[in-house]
Amino acid sequence: MLKMYQPQADFGTPLPKAGGAQVALTIDGVRVDVAEGTSVMRAAVMAGVRIPKLCATDRLDAYGSCRMCLVEIEGRKGTPASCTTPAQPGMVVTTQTDRLQRLRRNVMELYISDHPLDCLTCPTNGDCELQDTAGEVGLREVRYGFEGESHTRAVLDDSNPYFAFDASKCIVCSRCVRACDEIQGTLAITIEGRGFDAKVGTGTSFDFLNSECVSCGACVDVCPTASLTEKSIIKLGTPRSETTTTCAYCGVGCTFKVQTSGSEVVRMVPLKDGKANEGHACVKGRFAFGYATHADRITQPMIRSSIDEPWKSVSWTEATSFAADAIRHAQQQHGIKSVGAITSSRCSNEETYLVQKLVRAAFGNNNVDTCARVCHSPTGYGLKTTLGESAGTQAFTSVAKADVIMVIGANPTDAHPVFASRMKRRLREGAKLIVLDPRRIDLIRTPHIQASCHLQLQPGSNVAMINALAHVVIAEGLEDQAFISNRCEGDAYARWREFILQEVNSPEAAQAHTGVPADQIREAARLYAGAANAAIYYGLGVTEHSQGSTMVMGIANLAMATGNLGREGVGVNPLRGQNNVQGSCDMGSFPHELPGYRHLSDAATRAGRLSWIPTPAIASPICLMRR
Amino acid sequence: MTTTIFIARDSTAIAVGADGIAAQISAQCDQNQHPVQIARPGSRGMYWAEPLVEVEINGVRHGFGPVTSDAVAGLCDLICPLDRAPIDPKVFKQHPLYLGDLSHHAYLAAQQRLLFARAGLIDALDLTQYERLGGLRGLRRALASNSQSIIDQITESGLRGRGGAAFPAGIKLKAAAEAEGVNKYIVCNADEGDSGTFADRLLMEADPFQIIEGMLIAALATGATRGYVYLRSEYPLTASLFGQALVLAREHGLLGPSIYGSSHSFDIELRIGAGAYICGEETSLLESIEGRRPEVRSKPPLPVHHGLFNSPTVINNVLTLASMTSIMAEGAQAYHDLGAGTSRGTQPFQLAGNIRFGGVVEVPFGVSLRTLIEEFGGGTASGRPIKAVQTGGPLGKYLGVRQLDVPMTYEDLASAGGLLGHGGIVVFDDSVDMAQQARFAMAFCAAESCGKCTPCRIGSVRGVEILDRIKTGKNLEKEIKLLDELCVTMTDASLCAMGSMTPNPVLSALTIGPEDFGLPAGSRHPTES
Repeated sequence: MLKMYQPQADFGTPLPKAGGAQVALTIDGVRVDVAEGTSVMRAAVMAGVRIPKLCATDRLDAYGSCRMCLVEIEGRKGTPASCTTPAQPGMVVTTQTDRLQRLRRNVMELYISDHPLDCLTCPTNGDCELQDTAGEVGLREVRYGFEGESHTRAVLDDSNPYFAFDASKCIVCSRCVRACDEIQGTLAITIEGRGFDAKVGTGTSFDFLNSECVSCGACVDVCPTASLTEKSIIKLGTPRSETTTTCAYCGVGCTFKVQTSGSEVVRMVPLKDGKANEGHACVKGRFAFGYATHADRITQPMIRSSIDEPWKSVSWTEATSFAADAIRHAQQQHGIKSVGAITSSRCSNEETYLVQKLVRAAFGNNNVDTCARVCHSPTGYGLKTTLGESAGTQAFTSVAKADVIMVIGANPTDAHPVFASRMKRRLREGAKLIVLDPRRIDLIRTPHIQASCHLQLQPGSNVAMINALAHVVIAEGLEDQAFISNRCEGDAYARWREFILQEVNSPEAAQAHTGVPADQIREAARLYAGAANAAIYYGLGVTEHSQGSTMVMGIANLAMATGNLGREGVGVNPLRGQNNVQGSCDMGSFPHELPGYRHLSDAATRAGRLSWIPTPAIASPICLMRR
Repeated sequence: MTTTIFIARDSTAIAVGADGIAAQISAQCDQNQHPVQIARPGSRGMYWAEPLVEVEINGVRHGFGPVTSDAVAGLCDLICPLDRAPIDPKVFKQHPLYLGDLSHHAYLAAQQRLLFARAGLIDALDLTQYERLGGLRGLRRALASNSQSIIDQITESGLRGRGGAAFPAGIKLKAAAEAEGVNKYIVCNADEGDSGTFADRLLMEADPFQIIEGMLIAALATGATRGYVYLRSEYPLTASLFGQALVLAREHGLLGPSIYGSSHSFDIELRIGAGAYICGEETSLLESIEGRRPEVRSKPPLPVHHGLFNSPTVINNVLTLASMTSIMAEGAQAYHDLGAGTSRGTQPFQLAGNIRFGGVVEVPFGVSLRTLIEEFGGGTASGRPIKAVQTGGPLGKYLGVRQLDVPMTYEDLASAGGLLGHGGIVVFDDSVDMAQQARFAMAFCAAESCGKCTPCRIGSVRGVEILDRIKTGKNLEKEIKLLDELCVTMTDASLCAMGSMTPNPVLSALTIGPEDFGLPAGSRHPTES
């Protein structure tokens, strides 16, 4: 829905880790209850009190550098920064006094003494935290004058195709550097020089384009001034309206605000409330929105009778009639099963549901399939068979609690960058990493991250590898007996156990198939099984193989044997190709499954309310799955 | 019989020519065919007498200093006479540089040395000598005791942090001992950057095992298994000597997986800074050890809870950690018996600047500034009257002549508006330009600011600019008002002491020498600063 453009609310500091006690304090006479570990700044926002700030944002850990958010606290000396001061029981905080007003105005005066006075011609005029805060603190003059040392003649770095870095407008709040470190985990930029010479730099590179920067735009997003600004904003001005949507580029499914002026997209801003991305984005989602106005885009219905004819633009009525007639004609000529449809995992649940319903109710057959067929149908089948549901077990946030992360046949930093950033954050916090991949993916060694094990197996030897890992777990007694007896089927487990202990599944035997030394396999198995929380993430390197379903089942078996299911930080997690693979499968896009994975042969389903299900005689699905 | 001649191997002594004097004396002795052994211990801290040449006769060390190159030949006639002629100490008196039996020299005899008791007396790298003069007694008692009783001893001694903040050392140990963490660290802050201070360097060069022993005691108190010594890059000789001491300590089982056969494991790594004053600030120092840009961290969390590598960390100055050895050896009471008020024990004051007898004076807290400057220091080197004294490093206030009777304790000095800091005392005579000193304070802040917080990063630069404009005499009243306003902002709004204390020297300079700023004398009341 189109709304007026409004900057997203900012609590100043992140939500503290859950689980702490409640703390009651008073801010400007307002009593507020907050979770232990909440900053005074965040508590103030919760109490409806806005404290001026520049370096603080709830996307980043408190930093305490701008000194605008000073407050007075009863019984404490001085004027502590509210962003770095944790709320404590009974605290009595005052955020507005003559002394604080004077200090804030004086600090702002120092900022502005080293800032160009070109607000009216500045690209972020009206959408600038420095400008807003200068207003808030009542800055009226700069007594230092503008003759002193300054950075106002700093050279513009517009090397990056999507954003420009104007050092003359930089207030050295380090938000960009911290975003690159904490959120994105690329660590491409830093503060160089000390004291007044401190400035944002790109390390040993000359400019942004030649640096390690991957153009995720997190730095641009958090910049409180016009120092880091999207080139689209520089060109088009600030947005007037916005619409919330989901990015269709990859399987992460980031939530965005599409910010527009009229019908022109001005900027894509990741939504902080987006469950998949929580305010982060990658270069594709944030900057690659040229498709919206690309010449190749089809913007009106077109028809043609045969492939050698040119497309003809027609009205929607004509187009739908034409299509309906053609479908009917084909069915009359070649039989009812001669037509079908393919759904896309980039479509919404509603759209997908309607397509399969069209096929089943109007075409009268089950000839519907989906793009997930070629990527993650082994996930659907394998996980349904082993775990009972055709779905991954965790939300993306779960990775923040994993202690060991096993990545199999996936390259998250390239293919699922926003999720990779979450994963990297956890790895920097100390989680261990096991990679099963013939490729040396970036995750194996990247700033502050080093995989503990890289099992560089031969393509096609996944199943041998996963079984060898399971063999070590069982042979060495590393399984989770309690989980197995409480949660697994006893007979099935006993059969699997007997099978997996066979010598053919030993690491030594697997070495011949996988090319990975047995001791490395043992080390990885011990690491995975020994973790409090171990999570597996896998991609097409698992599923796009002839033994994909078997491998998925092997993964699920390993997770079950070690009790790594059913809580945060663990699980079996497919990394999908599109943003709605799960939904398109859930909605009955497969020929043999109705919405909700109800098999066509299921009598109860057929006896239900779905009058549009084709009759059994014509319902035999074209099942492509190897069973 | 071989005569032993002692010449300090100490950065200051070498800076004023000790190495050259040693070589000259050695050559002269060869020429005189007088067998001598030239020993190179650390310095006694009588820097005014360096290069100090000591000759040991019948167990008595006779001192001569400061020995110049020209004086060597004459001196050698006395101390290593030609053809092994007998040495007659009685004739020493006639030598103009003769200082007498150093153990009775007033400069040293009037001191009460705990930290510097061995300085200059022993070979810095001889663990046996260290032990013979009382070393390792504290550690042995600590090993025979437990964490709680070590903490109790340190707490009861009243020891406070010698780096400048004067935080009670026992409380810090206790907090780190109680903090949860797989790894705990002891970090020794040897980034001695305050102008006019040199006690850390002197001690590390003269008696390095004492610091190792102190860190071990702190480790036993807290359960830390790893220590770091962060030393400033400007001290290459210290790095070399202390590095060798660490190797020897490991060889003797003092450091390593089993300290003297006990179940305690501890080792120390020496880290060298890269020339940033801010790294003396404890959280910057931790950032630097971690390999990051040394920006000041916000507190909380405190380093005792989340310090080095996010683990519980005790970070203390060299002198604080070293003091733990004598507290453990002699007991808390003996230490607590010294000092005054809540400033217990001894403090090595470092006399520097325009002073006749510069050096280390270790005495119990409570001595007056005047005693230190006039009795130990002998007044100004120039002989002119004193105008200002800066205590506590470059962020300390300038005290005027009327404030010289202040007792040197943390509290008394604070009431007088001063700062004890790391015990540095820099004396200026009446030729000093206080406006220039104020500008220097701002310029120092600008040069050494980490750049993280705004009042320090931008404020210090604007401060220099204001003081330059004040020098021109234009709009004086307006500029002074702006300077005052800037100082309030820096004091109240800066993130760490670098920015918040820079106004100390600036405003006190204005109080002491308003005429240097173009203001009428006495126009600034001390309360204004």
